[in-house]
Amino acid sequence: MEGFLVGTGLVLGGFVVAGFYRIAFGPTIYDRILAVNLIGIMTVVFLVLMGLIYRRVEMFVDIALMYSLLAFIGTLIFAKYFSKRGVE
Amino acid sequence: MMEALAVLFISAGLFFFFTATVGLLRLPDFYSRMHAMGKADTMGLLLTLTGLALYQMGEGLSWSKAFVAFKILLIAVFWFLGGPTATHALLRSAFEGGKMPWTKDGQAVLDWPRQEER
Repeated sequence: MEGFLVGTGLVLGGFVVAGFYRIAFGPTIYDRILAVNLIGIMTVVFLVLMGLIYRRVEMFVDIALMYSLLAFIGTLIFAKYFSKRGVE
Repeated sequence: MMEALAVLFISAGLFFFFTATVGLLRLPDFYSRMHAMGKADTMGLLLTLTGLALYQMGEGLSWSKAFVAFKILLIAVFWFLGGPTATHALLRSAFEGGKMPWTKDGQAVLDWPRQEER
């Protein structure tokens, strides 16, 4: 079962690396924000996975909860900021 | 038995993450990519976290484990509330920034801002 969790982490790592393409070449700024948001969600899953692998679930679940709060706020702030500056 | 169920849930969640990543890369326009990203927000996260909660619950039923499993599911519930809000905020700012949705033949989907309002 441990191997399966580590395998899931590796597969998610592959998706994160694939997401980097959209961050690097995203035509508009909003594509980049979208890719960052997607990678943020995968990070939440990563954190809980690490908690299960290292047998410290309480700590990592709290970290994952905090991270999802911050990622959500971050997306809102991006949206607010870039609506003022317009899309160049 | 619980671990087999967890493996099933986690692989289903991974499938949705896979579709979201492919959608993010291949779809032509920001709005369609946001549509694809919504899948990872809801189904991908929900299935994966339920799988992890099941694995964390383990065979017996002890309150400390059940409490942590509940917190894992709380993350998914938060993303169910927060995801659409963030997506809506992004959508509004993109649309107000004058970014028209992509169409195959290139005509604008709707004439915005409408001439009489200007």
